[in-house]
Amino acid sequence: MHKYILRRILLLIPVTIGVTFIVYSIMYFTPGDPAMIMLGENAPEAELIKLREEMGLNDPFIVQYGRFLKNAVQGDFGRSYSTKKPVFDEVFSRFPATLKLTVAGLAIALVIGIPVGIISATKQYSLMDSVSMILALLGVSMPNFWLGLMLILLFSVKLGLLPSGGDAGFSAMILPAITLGTGVAAIITRMTRSSMLEVIRQDYIRTARAKGVKEKKVINKHALKNALIPIVTVVGLQFGSLLGGAVLTENVFSWPGVGRLMVDAIKQKDTPMVLASVIFISVTFSIVNLVVDILYAYLDPRIKSQYS
Amino acid sequence: MDNNILDIKDLKVNYITDEGTVQAVNGLNISLKKGESLGLVGETGAGKTTTALSVLRLIPNPPGKIENGEIYFEGKNLLEASEEEMRHIRGNKISMIFQDPMTSLNPVMTVGEQIAEGIEIHQGLDKQKSMEKAKEMLELVGIPKERSVDFPHQFSGGMKQRVVIAIALSCNPLLLIADEPTTALDVTIQAQVLDLMNDLKEKFDTSMILITHDLGIVAETCDKVAVMYAGEIIEFATLEQLFTEPKHPYTKGLFGSIPNLEEDVDRLKPIRGLMPDPTNLPKGCTFHPRCPEAKETCKKREPVSIDTGNSHMVKCLLYEEVSQSEGAK
Repeated sequence: MHKYILRRILLLIPVTIGVTFIVYSIMYFTPGDPAMIMLGENAPEAELIKLREEMGLNDPFIVQYGRFLKNAVQGDFGRSYSTKKPVFDEVFSRFPATLKLTVAGLAIALVIGIPVGIISATKQYSLMDSVSMILALLGVSMPNFWLGLMLILLFSVKLGLLPSGGDAGFSAMILPAITLGTGVAAIITRMTRSSMLEVIRQDYIRTARAKGVKEKKVINKHALKNALIPIVTVVGLQFGSLLGGAVLTENVFSWPGVGRLMVDAIKQKDTPMVLASVIFISVTFSIVNLVVDILYAYLDPRIKSQYS
Repeated sequence: MDNNILDIKDLKVNYITDEGTVQAVNGLNISLKKGESLGLVGETGAGKTTTALSVLRLIPNPPGKIENGEIYFEGKNLLEASEEEMRHIRGNKISMIFQDPMTSLNPVMTVGEQIAEGIEIHQGLDKQKSMEKAKEMLELVGIPKERSVDFPHQFSGGMKQRVVIAIALSCNPLLLIADEPTTALDVTIQAQVLDLMNDLKEKFDTSMILITHDLGIVAETCDKVAVMYAGEIIEFATLEQLFTEPKHPYTKGLFGSIPNLEEDVDRLKPIRGLMPDPTNLPKGCTFHPRCPEAKETCKKREPVSIDTGNSHMVKCLLYEEVSQSEGAK
């Protein structure tokens, strides 16, 4: 198991290098002149040429990429073209906001999704099941930005109960967290239901009932642990992508998270900032995936025995 | 009647599906005395497992539904018992060994936990004592107790079935229902598992219903035999009566289909035809389309179960007519 974890961590290196190469290439080949961005459009031609020379922008692509990589390995990812601050400082300063929103959204999703999914599965075809499946369908189909706008319209504009944006305390987090949580809750509900439905038809559930185990325990102990693997997969994927910044939601609610930082950087062609945020997102995503894979081993002894 | 541990009367179980209502069990009667072993024999789809699950009230609902009947266990009608009462019976007084050991154990719990669970529920022991008892049960079925911390995937099929047997016997049940306990196992392991079950049954004086389609296993383990066809018991007799003098044409067909070692035959002698469609059972005697001795009346009239002497029960018009004409004389 430890060997497996170590191998997975080492695998992060080629993944990260690959990500940087692709993003660097895209940023390099799209139009836009970093020197002009830094100095402004009306800067004299002489200064532009001078700055391009200083930044090494006249070197061939591969040399520039190599230089970036060399600096990056030493921990220097460069400075933002627009704010002139070290890029990773900026990313890290934005991360807590994203993390907060992600955890809140996911918590809402889990608290709703898993119990509703379990009840739907154990009472298949009941009214409760039909209602929750229709709601889940709506939840999956509603675009985040639309739901966000509607919530703002209702709770901020009409009722004036909650702030419409910014990161200012608990009340400001409610609407974006609900916006994020709704879609994820719908996905988790559906996944829990289908996974539970499959498990409760298994022979070992009948064995548990034949032992005289209480129905509640049959579901919560015997069935749920078996049903959790696909649920954990979905939760992990959602967690990973939310951590990378829920771009649309963060923009709708002007939430100062990583997702918004990245979108702003792309608009400004702020290459170091884009690279830093993409690297950050991809590493976070990979780590979450690794944690999910490790969790599998704790949930299912059959998987654990494969690793050792 | 009083010393009967189990009495099933006129049991009717349907599965309601989109394609129609499957009449899995139609008016079935069985009685079993304490310490007795009953073999329940029949083709796949005859309703054997459904009968067994009805006794534990574990028919999946929906789609299954017990429409009618009474199941008396120790004089109490189980079909009227509360869910709470049933829980105290399941795994405690009546336990069941399932057909496929590969799928009947929970893959994410250790075998020790799975055996101890039933003991903890029914014998009021704490976790630690239950686990100790579970280890004893493992030893009893021939698995070293050190393996109680292992998971089902670390065991072979035969060993898994031993674990299932240990679970079933852990609370010394009065009635053990074994649903094709050896079908999924290879022949050498079959013999071991059967011996084990026989030993334990004698040790604890347990009554048993053994569901199988293997007449050889019945001959080895049972006192009485019930032959099932399309959800009905069509013949019920002691082991000796049935093997020396099978009466129902279907039972005769079953024996006829066993190849004789001493004769040189090229082809097996199967019973012609297939099991009837359970959503649309034939009128009259359900066996008449396949019966070599069928008469015109068999298509119209439903036979009732009659005693042909010494409690050898047969549900066939051939014998009904004989006894009727005898009665007329």
